[in-house]
Amino acid sequence: MTSSDMNVEEGDEPSEFEGGAYWFRQGVKGAVCLPTLILMMAFVGFTSLASEVGLTLIEVLMMSFFMWALPSIVVLTGAMSVGTGLIPAAIAVALSAVRLMPMTVALIPVLRDGKRTKTWHMLIVSHFVAVTAWVFAMRNLPSLPRAARLPYFAGFGGTVHLVVLCSTAVSYVLLPVVDGPIAAGLVMLTPVYFMFSMYQAARTGGDQAALLLGLILGPVFYYLFPGADLLLTGFVGGTVAFTGWLFATRRGEL
Amino acid sequence: MILVAGFLATECWRWIGVFAAGRLRDDSLVFAWVRAVATALVAGIIARLILFPDGVLGDVPMWLRLVAVAGGVIGYKLSKDRLILGILTAEVVLIGGWAVMS
Repeated sequence: MTSSDMNVEEGDEPSEFEGGAYWFRQGVKGAVCLPTLILMMAFVGFTSLASEVGLTLIEVLMMSFFMWALPSIVVLTGAMSVGTGLIPAAIAVALSAVRLMPMTVALIPVLRDGKRTKTWHMLIVSHFVAVTAWVFAMRNLPSLPRAARLPYFAGFGGTVHLVVLCSTAVSYVLLPVVDGPIAAGLVMLTPVYFMFSMYQAARTGGDQAALLLGLILGPVFYYLFPGADLLLTGFVGGTVAFTGWLFATRRGEL
Repeated sequence: MILVAGFLATECWRWIGVFAAGRLRDDSLVFAWVRAVATALVAGIIARLILFPDGVLGDVPMWLRLVAVAGGVIGYKLSKDRLILGILTAEVVLIGGWAVMS
């Protein structure tokens, strides 16, 4: 289906600017949701860790703003707290952030409105790619007209980002270092929340198989090939799940 | 430090992703494969965060973390796939379990 088909389906065709502003506002409204709240709580867990290892408010906010991927932020916090050098720290962070690449590759075709979407627009909104916004986008964007998707995603991602930055600053300043069970619970929030939201975002049996295989292969490869474990998990788990799904669903055609 | 080891090391993957997506269409098989790879990669991170955590979560015994996750899955399924109940169950088991033990 081409982008012009989508416009016909949509019926009334607002001017590009008006339509964009409208969908941006819809995205802002869409950001008032449970995942945003959970992400705020998960960042509270990070501020607690950050003040424990002595990061300043500016450092905490810069990491949240520039990186915007909690697992990688935690990796960098760990590296800074033990005084790792710049290059080893960058490598550790880059390895933990590899997932952002296939996530972005999977999001862009959903986000793009044919040739009309400018690359620099996509480069800017790609900053919002992190599990929360990605899961939300992969679930909700396909039901929107193509022209609406990028402004909607920009509104959603920008609002979640802003709200979480504010709540992170507030919690760093106001909350004492939480300790013990509560702190453990806040750290646990990220993986548990990722797990359920990834499951909800799984559109096909192949995606669900990929999720399960990743959970199993991750620890196995962590022991066998430390360092390359996440990449291997993604490629092996994803490829096996995809191939299995392809054979299961299209046996007749192949 | 934050700009190089933080910003560049994360943001470059997103930019590479934008260009790697090229003209990929969201109804193609390559797209389905990339989505499966992304899903498996994030699943690998989830497993690592639960099984090999840094810091305070690492003080919680492994079996309690796994019981908490199992409890979360049960809560999620019993509530007919409600995200919040899955998370709450896992958190209650983890925090409650560790508070009782320590």
